[in-house]
Amino acid sequence: MAIQKIMCACGSGLGSSLIVRMNTEEALKELGVEGIEVLHSTISDIAPGVADLFVVGGDLGDFIDGVDESQKIILTNLLDKEELKGKLKDHLGL
Amino acid sequence: MAALDFIVNILSTPAILVGLLALLGLCLQRKPVEDVVKGTIKTIVGFLVLSAGASFLQTGSLLAFGELFNFAFNMQGVVPNNEAVVADALQNFGTSSAIIMALGMMLNIILARFSRMPYIFLTGHHTLYMACMIAVILGGAGHLDGWMLYIAGGCLLALIMVLSPAYCQITFRKVTGTDGVALGHFGGLGYWLAGIVGKLFAKDPNKKSTEEINFPKRFIFLRDTTVSISLTMMVFFLIVVGVAVAKGLLGIVPAGTDAEAAAQLLAPHGLTVGNLGGLLNIGTETTTNWIVWALTSGMSFAGGVYIILSGVRLTIGEIVPAFKGIADKLVPGAKPALDCPVAFTYAPNAVIIGFLVSFLGGIVGLLILAGIDASLVPVALILPGVVPHFFCGATAGVFGNAEGGIKGCIAGSFAHGLLITFLPAICMPVFSALGYVGTTFSDADFSWMGILFGNTVNFIQGGALLLICVIVYLAPIVYNLVAPKKADATE
Repeated sequence: MAIQKIMCACGSGLGSSLIVRMNTEEALKELGVEGIEVLHSTISDIAPGVADLFVVGGDLGDFIDGVDESQKIILTNLLDKEELKGKLKDHLGL
Repeated sequence: MAALDFIVNILSTPAILVGLLALLGLCLQRKPVEDVVKGTIKTIVGFLVLSAGASFLQTGSLLAFGELFNFAFNMQGVVPNNEAVVADALQNFGTSSAIIMALGMMLNIILARFSRMPYIFLTGHHTLYMACMIAVILGGAGHLDGWMLYIAGGCLLALIMVLSPAYCQITFRKVTGTDGVALGHFGGLGYWLAGIVGKLFAKDPNKKSTEEINFPKRFIFLRDTTVSISLTMMVFFLIVVGVAVAKGLLGIVPAGTDAEAAAQLLAPHGLTVGNLGGLLNIGTETTTNWIVWALTSGMSFAGGVYIILSGVRLTIGEIVPAFKGIADKLVPGAKPALDCPVAFTYAPNAVIIGFLVSFLGGIVGLLILAGIDASLVPVALILPGVVPHFFCGATAGVFGNAEGGIKGCIAGSFAHGLLITFLPAICMPVFSALGYVGTTFSDADFSWMGILFGNTVNFIQGGALLLICVIVYLAPIVYNLVAPKKADATE
């Protein structure tokens, strides 16, 4: 299934998820991928169907146990752009 | 003249003003037209959603909680929550908050460029909250207005935007193992304290990191703020309503009394029909059980915060990337100061331990406050709000752990829990005097800024106040130019 919508999430959906959203948009640009919507929100909003791919930090990995492996990226280092880029590449099948 | 009136009206409508701010940021980034339109509208809608959340929170639960707490315990009970107090204050100080926020961000860039604190504060919601608090204090209690308020406020905001990351960096660089990023979160003083307390255990020969132990992960569901706020507020409401009922609350208004007569019966007790009509079944066909009312009110509180958070998310979602883009161009080598959860991935166990211990500190602090209130002087009782203890307590745990392992984590976050109970209690008179009684700012930097400047404005107003704000802003720049630089870059 093609990924059209990526949701970056954190506890209150204000600060760190927005940073990750900016990093994700930058990484997608560098990968030359266009037309994917990236948004950020609180982990309360994570539910199947809300987005095609969820990005969270490692501390929230257990929180999204219920989400299928193919639909989530769990970052060991929230700020590591290379890690994010690599994992995005895998999920997008590039 | 009509055109001028129109422009003035636009600039004094906070929602449109923040929209213009986003518009400017998007244009400076040379975004395509559709992105500019989308971003501007989302920002304005966000601000309107925020206002809606504020009134829902007030009328749905917060005001009722305050009245009931007073009735039940004869004391002022306060649940500190940044969102609640900001959303309320923005109704009156929206325009000045928005302008102070914009000015503060610009002045932040200048400070980052010309002082020895090269931090760009990217936690937009905290920038907004701090701008709002400064507007309330300088404008409400300090009687500044117009350009004097904006400049004084912008200076103070910009100062704390670099100062807070600077004192956090002492320990935060040990957390991340790099000096390239900083922590931008106005719980800063609490983290600094946790780091200092943690250091006491640094030389312990058996020092062990929290990450070397196995810690149950089941508390992770509390990371969902909607769930954790609901749970704590339901407990608080059950206790408060329970005690009020035991004191005869339900007997004050006989069944079938109309609203006007009920209001007269309630007034001597400091209660109102508007906030408690639902609980006391005044003018309703159906009757609500008090337990059911307490549970739904607790969850209404969480609902109100959820709405406000959604509004804040929309409001700052476009402004922060623009701010970062501009700062990156103007300040080479700037260090981004980021929201506190960035610390969480470095020590997930310390996050849970820090939260639980800080919350415990909050309960102990509450008991101490109750003792002070009963025996010494009347103080507001600061109830342990789960959100500040989660986000700030968890970060304090990470800081304590980085300095002193498990023992440092426990001691540091306990000290933090006490700090964010006592500081708001000391700060409370400042906000009570301005009419904000049910809630207050929770995180440590808001409190110390509030205490310091909230009391300063009692003695110094007008031009002298403006001058002080400008001087404290310029001090780090002058220091950088005058003081000799150290040979190495340890700062």
